[in-house]
Amino acid sequence: MSPSEDDGGPELAIIKTENLTYTYPIGVKPAFEDVSIEIEKGEFVVLTGPSGCGKTTLCRCLNGLVPHFYGGKLEGEVTVAGLRVTEHPIYELAQHAGLVFQNPENQLFALSVEKDVAFGLENLGISREEIQRRVNWALQITGIEDLRNRAPHELSGGQQQRVAIASILVMQPEVIVLDEPTSFLDPLGAQKIFQVIDELNKDLGITVILVEHRLDMASRYADRIIVMNKGRVVLNGKPREVFDSEEARLIGIGIPKATRLYQLLKANGVNLNRVPVTFHEASHVIKEAFIHDRS
Amino acid sequence: MIEVSDVYFTYPNGVEALKGVSLTIRDGEFIAVMGQNGAGKTTLVKHFNGLLKPTRGKVLIDGVDTQNVSVATLARKVGFVFQNPDNQLFCETVEDEVSYALKNFGFNEETIKERVDWALNLLDMVEYRRVSPFMLSGGERKRVALASILAWDPNIVILDEPTIGQDYQQKERLRQFILQLNNQGKTVIMVTHDVEFVTDCKPHIVLMAQGRIIAEGEANKVLTDPEVVSQASLILPEVTQIFLGLRELDLPQDVIDVYEASRILLTKLGES
Repeated sequence: MSPSEDDGGPELAIIKTENLTYTYPIGVKPAFEDVSIEIEKGEFVVLTGPSGCGKTTLCRCLNGLVPHFYGGKLEGEVTVAGLRVTEHPIYELAQHAGLVFQNPENQLFALSVEKDVAFGLENLGISREEIQRRVNWALQITGIEDLRNRAPHELSGGQQQRVAIASILVMQPEVIVLDEPTSFLDPLGAQKIFQVIDELNKDLGITVILVEHRLDMASRYADRIIVMNKGRVVLNGKPREVFDSEEARLIGIGIPKATRLYQLLKANGVNLNRVPVTFHEASHVIKEAFIHDRS
Repeated sequence: MIEVSDVYFTYPNGVEALKGVSLTIRDGEFIAVMGQNGAGKTTLVKHFNGLLKPTRGKVLIDGVDTQNVSVATLARKVGFVFQNPDNQLFCETVEDEVSYALKNFGFNEETIKERVDWALNLLDMVEYRRVSPFMLSGGERKRVALASILAWDPNIVILDEPTIGQDYQQKERLRQFILQLNNQGKTVIMVTHDVEFVTDCKPHIVLMAQGRIIAEGEANKVLTDPEVVSQASLILPEVTQIFLGLRELDLPQDVIDVYEASRILLTKLGES
């Protein structure tokens, strides 16, 4: 946790919600309710929770799709990069917070990768040279320069998802929100996407909010896990604290096997030094237990 | 029994999706077909209910060549649950959807009602009986699709990527459900790239890459072989990776299950 947490540090919180509640126009009850979270610049946050818990709707709020596009009733406060979401249009918010969806096919439509990636910028009235420079940069970061002239619909799922990320990245947003970006990909393809996202976060300082069920793979990159259930934020903390909590078990989120193994050993009287989240950490703390046991 | 002998399949656009696949699936087996996107997994299982017919080679279902029978005839035996339920659902209510095939198969009213009640109950969908499938969430629509297949009680159930879009608890219910079907003697074949789900179910594995089967066998053997796993664009199970990092402790290298891992470690700690 950063030292600024106690004094609130509004200049560091890139996303801030206070008692945020939202109901869709056709909804009888709120999609999410009384959500108060702060996300700092440069954080990598994994947002998870059972289907229908409101996490996707909350993400839609971060670039103004909720409420500007979907309508409905939004109460409470939400600011993204210092902008109050209710007072700024989607196209303006989208330059600060970009959304990547589960299925890239919903996002790609142009005849070439290059055109798809450039599309968002062309609508902002930026010069040709600047567009070209930024498109090249985004293609390079996501590792798809060689696909530049290909048609997006001919690409594999993993390649398409990279195009979708590049087309968001080109806007140089401070925040990228990804809603289950790898669920259609095979594990190796998914791992590559997570690595690209991790680089955006570590090398470029982009704040990442990743919505995921598959916590085994995703949580190793996370600084923080936020768990929603029935429209509310119920857990919010470091991965090892969240995964080892009783609430996480009761709600039924997919706790990583590394943490599960720790818990099973603990239930049988073996206390490892630390709660592991990744397989590396698990190997490490188990090794320590054996050394300790022998000495 | 499903017998696939030296099957090749080429799509009309010229893509050769299967390049000489041979495989035998006995009654009551539980199989996971795994591999990278585009490896030919879905193409292969679409041959099991005659949706696709081999360009070359043969597929026999209980001894009958699929070239010689219609999908409708095979459907009585082989139920296919699509990856995207929207490719399957089209009726106005969940109840209509689940009873549709039963009516086509010519069951009488009473049996239809019984079977629909049974299937909706099984999948916890009773309250949605009169709701349009399109008002439901993706996960719920998947359950309607599954109910509508199980309603006519096929001997072979094929599930194409059943875990996509399902949260942890839904996956856990699905797992128990699949195991239960298999225990009742049904042949269950699922196409998936969800490695952790597979380590929890432990089916027999058929691993595919580029239109061919590259490995076949028990989950703890196939999924712990780093070479074939990476060829199939998968990754090693978490538990296997934990044990890989503990090589100096001389632990078995074919462990995929977290409970088994904990038992092994406890025994080892007890010895030392």
